[in-house]
Amino acid sequence: MQHSNTQDTLVGLFVAAGIAGLFFLALQVSNLSSFTEQEGYTITARFENSGGLKVKSPVSAAGVKIGQVSNISFDPKTFESIVKMRINAEYKTIPEDTTASIFTAGLLGEQYVSLEPGGADEYLKDNGNIEITQSAIILEKAIGQFLFKSAEEKK
Amino acid sequence: MLAFIQTLGKNTRASFTKLGRATFFLLHTITGIIDIMPRPRLLLNQLYSVGVLSFLIISISGLFVGMVLGLQGYYILSDFGAEETLGVMVAASLVRELGPVVSALLFAGRAGSALTAEIGLMKATEQLSGMEMMAVDPIKRIISPRFLAGFISMPLLAALFSAIGIIGGQIVGTGLLGVDDGAYWSQMQAKIDFQDDIINGVIKSLVFGFVSSWIALFEGYDAVPTSEGVSRATTRTVVNSAFSILGLDFVLTALMFGDD
Repeated sequence: MQHSNTQDTLVGLFVAAGIAGLFFLALQVSNLSSFTEQEGYTITARFENSGGLKVKSPVSAAGVKIGQVSNISFDPKTFESIVKMRINAEYKTIPEDTTASIFTAGLLGEQYVSLEPGGADEYLKDNGNIEITQSAIILEKAIGQFLFKSAEEKK
Repeated sequence: MLAFIQTLGKNTRASFTKLGRATFFLLHTITGIIDIMPRPRLLLNQLYSVGVLSFLIISISGLFVGMVLGLQGYYILSDFGAEETLGVMVAASLVRELGPVVSALLFAGRAGSALTAEIGLMKATEQLSGMEMMAVDPIKRIISPRFLAGFISMPLLAALFSAIGIIGGQIVGTGLLGVDDGAYWSQMQAKIDFQDDIINGVIKSLVFGFVSSWIALFEGYDAVPTSEGVSRATTRTVVNSAFSILGLDFVLTALMFGDD
């Protein structure tokens, strides 16, 4: 009986350790803790070019992550990129005349949407639109322009 | 020439009959799981010998694999000035690939070979026939609990392997090499996705647990009941498990991480 009890304890410890490992992976390692798919609202912005932006790219305001990109699609009429963003429910007071820009975190880092709040008294609602946008800076384009300019100056 | 074709045909037929036997064996084992539900003691004993006894080798290997990943990753990433992303590299490679695969290989070597030898010896010493004589179904009484124990233990062991590996990478990365501790964790949390990475890793280890327990138990049950037969069956278990784990890993990876 004694032997069997120690065995039970060891099996219990093993299973508990395994489940603890899974929880560790889920909570400490992955993004589950910031998983807010349910609560929040969606806003849309149209960009001339959304560059390397991807679904799940962060949306931040003043450097703080307030949501993520939920969908990116192409508008065949206006040839624009339609970016849908899911904003966490706790940030309800984003003014209507907010500017959305696509920036790159670091030189080679991933791209994210940065919201710069305007001064309007009305706030963005669910399925609201951001009118003022600034496209992603395409590095190749910028380098091309720079080279072109310096060639012009030399003439 | 004729002899060659004859051997080819014989071998093909032999491998197909073996596959057929293995499938029936598997079905019998799975239906047997229902019958061991009222007797959890059988399962508990097997969880001890399959899971608890593999615990030490899995955790120590996980620690060292994580530490090596930390070292190697640091040397390569520091060339690009991207040491901060060490956490992502360690966690992604462990959770997606190394955790499930290496722990399954260790599991096949540690627990699978033991299972084959045990069942093979039971068969050689006619314990299994003895049970049949007493109208006890040896598959239900002996095989099913072991199969279920392997199936349950594998994801737990793989999760432990990954978790301990990530901590090992952190010990080396932030403790020895001076990567920022906050960056190690926050980059990891930003990039590792619960659905895509963790759940897929768990699915992988469930598949590996299923396959390697199946192979180990079937090889034991199907062994030629002599000392030589048991020894060959044990070898086959380890070799076949390794092959199927690595082959299935490729297929699963292609299916899971294909898009994006």
